[in-house]
Amino acid sequence: MKIDKVLDAKGIACPMPIVKTKKAIQELESGQVLQILATDKGSKADLTAWAGSQGHQIVETSEESGVFSFLIKKK
Amino acid sequence: MSERKKTTIILFSGDYDKAMAAYIIANGAAAYDHEVTIFHTFWGLNALRKDEQIPMKKSFMEKMFGKMMPRGADRMGLSNMNFGGLGPKMIKGVMKKHHAVPLPQLIEMAQEQDVKLIACTMTMDLLGLQKEELMDGIEYAGVAAYLADAEDGNVNLFI
Repeated sequence: MKIDKVLDAKGIACPMPIVKTKKAIQELESGQVLQILATDKGSKADLTAWAGSQGHQIVETSEESGVFSFLIKKK
Repeated sequence: MSERKKTTIILFSGDYDKAMAAYIIANGAAAYDHEVTIFHTFWGLNALRKDEQIPMKKSFMEKMFGKMMPRGADRMGLSNMNFGGLGPKMIKGVMKKHHAVPLPQLIEMAQEQDVKLIACTMTMDLLGLQKEELMDGIEYAGVAAYLADAEDGNVNLFI
């Protein structure tokens, strides 16, 4: 999948991942994909809830050695 | 999105930890694209105080209040385990370690995200706080203005 922008949110704590994700997605066009890398353990629940509420689609989530990766497609 | 949702928070407490919770929720709600209002009343007004001393004409009681209350968000105490001011130092150290955002920066971020910060004018009078002593870019209002925001709000909290 083509990734249009990567947001490195590793090491930052709540509420920063969500605040930064919102800013980052504002800079994308509809249909473009944002990858978010985060280490906050709450980020999975947070980003899933946020994307659902905002109407963006979570295309993929994965975890590798404590780093979560999310691919979100802007609505 | 046609109609934006609203979050309204009353910050009554002047405790660092409670104010932090209020501002984290406010920043989160702003990221949810809500219109967010924080209405500061009583001790919550201290979160809006500038950290320097601003000479103002005040009565004796007002001067006493001014001296006894924390001047700005960074000087506020904890609601629990304050230990005479040692608690906040400890928690700020722990926050740094966990990369949690300190309260003054949370307030700054809220302003950047267009969170509406309101100071309650009635309690400003009671505590002898004047506009010059509070941060720039905030609004001044009373209960009716707050209710106008809250009555069609989706999330409403009293902290």
